[in-house]
Amino acid sequence: MTEAIDTRRTTALHPVQAVLLASTFPLFLGALLNDWAYSSTYEIQWTNFASWLVAGGLVFVGLALVWALIDLFRSDVRRNRSSWLHFGLLLATFVVGFLNLLVHAKDAWAAMPEGFILSAMTVLLSLAAIWTGFSTWREGR
Amino acid sequence: MARLYWTQVAAVAVLLTACGGDGSNPVQYGPDPELPEPESGLLPAMNIADPAEWGDQRPAVPEGYSVTPIATDLKVPRQTLVLPNGDILVAEGKGGGAPALTPKGYIAGFIQAKGTTDVKGGDRLTLLRDADGDGTYEGRAVFAENLNAPYGLALVGNRLYVANQDALVRFDYQLGQIRASGPPVEVTKLPSEINHHWTKALTASPDGRYLYVGIGSNSNAGERGISIEEERAVVWQVDAETGAHKTFATGLRNPTALAVAPGLGQLWAVVNERDELGPNLVPDYLTSVRRGAFYGWPYSYWGNNVDPRVRPQKPEKVAAAVRPDYSLGSHVAPLGLAFSSGAMGPRFADGAFVGMHGSWNRNVPSGYKVVFVPFRGGRPAAKPIDFVTGFMGEDGKTRGRPVGVTVDPRGALIVADDLSNTIWRVTPVQRAAPRPGPTEAATR
Repeated sequence: MTEAIDTRRTTALHPVQAVLLASTFPLFLGALLNDWAYSSTYEIQWTNFASWLVAGGLVFVGLALVWALIDLFRSDVRRNRSSWLHFGLLLATFVVGFLNLLVHAKDAWAAMPEGFILSAMTVLLSLAAIWTGFSTWREGR
Repeated sequence: MARLYWTQVAAVAVLLTACGGDGSNPVQYGPDPELPEPESGLLPAMNIADPAEWGDQRPAVPEGYSVTPIATDLKVPRQTLVLPNGDILVAEGKGGGAPALTPKGYIAGFIQAKGTTDVKGGDRLTLLRDADGDGTYEGRAVFAENLNAPYGLALVGNRLYVANQDALVRFDYQLGQIRASGPPVEVTKLPSEINHHWTKALTASPDGRYLYVGIGSNSNAGERGISIEEERAVVWQVDAETGAHKTFATGLRNPTALAVAPGLGQLWAVVNERDELGPNLVPDYLTSVRRGAFYGWPYSYWGNNVDPRVRPQKPEKVAAAVRPDYSLGSHVAPLGLAFSSGAMGPRFADGAFVGMHGSWNRNVPSGYKVVFVPFRGGRPAAKPIDFVTGFMGEDGKTRGRPVGVTVDPRGALIVADDLSNTIWRVTPVQRAAPRPGPTEAATR
C-alpha cells in the first residue's frame, strides 16, 4: 500500500479535538489529587473541588467522545483499529467519570473510598484515550 | 453541552429512582423504632410533590370534625399564633438561599423546588380576625412587613416575639391591635451564616422569662464542613429581658417547632433528621428537650448509631448521645407542633398535634398530613392518629403541605399550608350546628 493510493485527506487530530482530548487528563488528575487531600485531611472543601473537576473532565471527555464518534463515520478520516480503541477508551472514561460524579454527589465521607478509586480509574482511562488518540497522528506520518 | 448534561443527569435520576423499591415498611413510630441498616445507592431516592390546585377538594378530617380554609392567597404561610382575643397571626416567608457548593447542589435544588410554591415569601405577619365568632375570618390586615423570613412566633404579656431567619425581634402588642405600632426591636442576633436550614422555631417558657429558639443545622450530615456548624443544630435559651443566650441542647439536626407542654411545663420539639441513608432512616422525632443534652447530630442518630458519612468521627460524642422520646417516622418532615386541650374534643384532648410537610427522599411518600400523638401522664402513650389528611391525593397530586399547627383554646386547630398558601381551620362540629356553610360539610 502506497501513499499515492490513499486519497483520504488527513490523519492528524484537529487542533480543537486535541485540546478537548488533552484537557481531560489534568482535570481528572486534579480530582484524584483533591480526593487524596480530602482523605488525608477530612477538609470538606477538597471534595467539593473534586466534584467540580470530575464534572469539568466529563464535559471535555463528552465533547471529545462526540468528535471521535463523528470521525468514525466520516469518509475523509483515516480509520484503523486504533481509532476504534480510542473511541472505546473515551466511552469508558465517560462512563466511569459519570459514575464518579454520582458517587461524589454523596454527602461528605459517603463518597469514599469509591470516589477515590473511580477518580484513579478515570485518570488512567483518560491517559490511555489520549495516548491512542494522538498515536494515530504519529503513525500516520 | 453543559445544559444538556444536567438534563441527562435528571433523566437518569428519574430512571434509577423509579426502579428502586422501598421494600419493607418497618414500624417506625414510638419510643423504639426499627432501624434498618443504612442504604446508599448511586442516587438518592427522590419523589417530589407534584403540585395541583385544591379546586372543590378539601383535606380529610375525622368524623365529627370539619375543615375550612379561613385565608387563602397568602405568601408562604409557615407558623401561626392565636392571640388572646382570637385573632390569628400568620408568619409568611421563605428564607435560606444557601449557595450550592457542588454540581449536586444545583441539581437537587432545581428538582426540590418543583415540590414547593412559586409564590415569593411575604416576609410579613398577616393578622386574621373573626369578629363575630362565626368561623369566618372576614378581617385581614398586614400586622408587620419587611421582616426577614419570619417563622417562630410567641406572645409574652404585651410583647410579641418573632424569630426572623437572622434575628429574634420584638414588637409591642396591645390586645386588639391590627398593625404593629412601629418597627421591631432586636432582642438578639441568631446564627444565620449560610442558613441551609433557615427556619428559627420559637416558644416561651411558662413564666415568660425565657424564649427558646430552635436553630437548624447548616447541612444534611456535615457536608459543608464542621466549622460552619458552630451554634447550629441547637436550641438556645434566650433571656427575654436582656437577649443573652445559653445553648440549651445540642445535636438536634433541625428543630423546626418548639412547644411547652401543659402541666409539667417541659420543652418539647419536633426534629427533622438526616436524609440519604435509605427510605427508613433516619426517623424524624418528637422529644422533650433536656437541658444540656446532646441528641447525636451529626455524629450519630437515634442515640449512638454512627453516621458513617461524618469524618472525623467523635466516639466520645456518640457515646454521650441521648435517644429521642418518640419516633414519627422517616422523612415525614414534621414542621409544626402544638399541644392540645379539652376544647378539641375528648379523643384529641391529651396529646400533641404534629404538622408533617412530607418527604422527598423516599419513593413511597410519607408525611403530608397532620397527626395527633396521644399523651398520658405527660409522655407520648400511643401510635399517632391521622388528624388531617388528603394533602396528597390518591391521584398522586399534592394539593397542600402542612407546616405550623396551633391550637385555638376555643376549640380549633389552625394549620398553615405553604403549598396552596392557605390557612385551614379544623373544628369539632357543634351538636347544634349553627350555620353549616357549603365548605364545612366537606369532611370525607
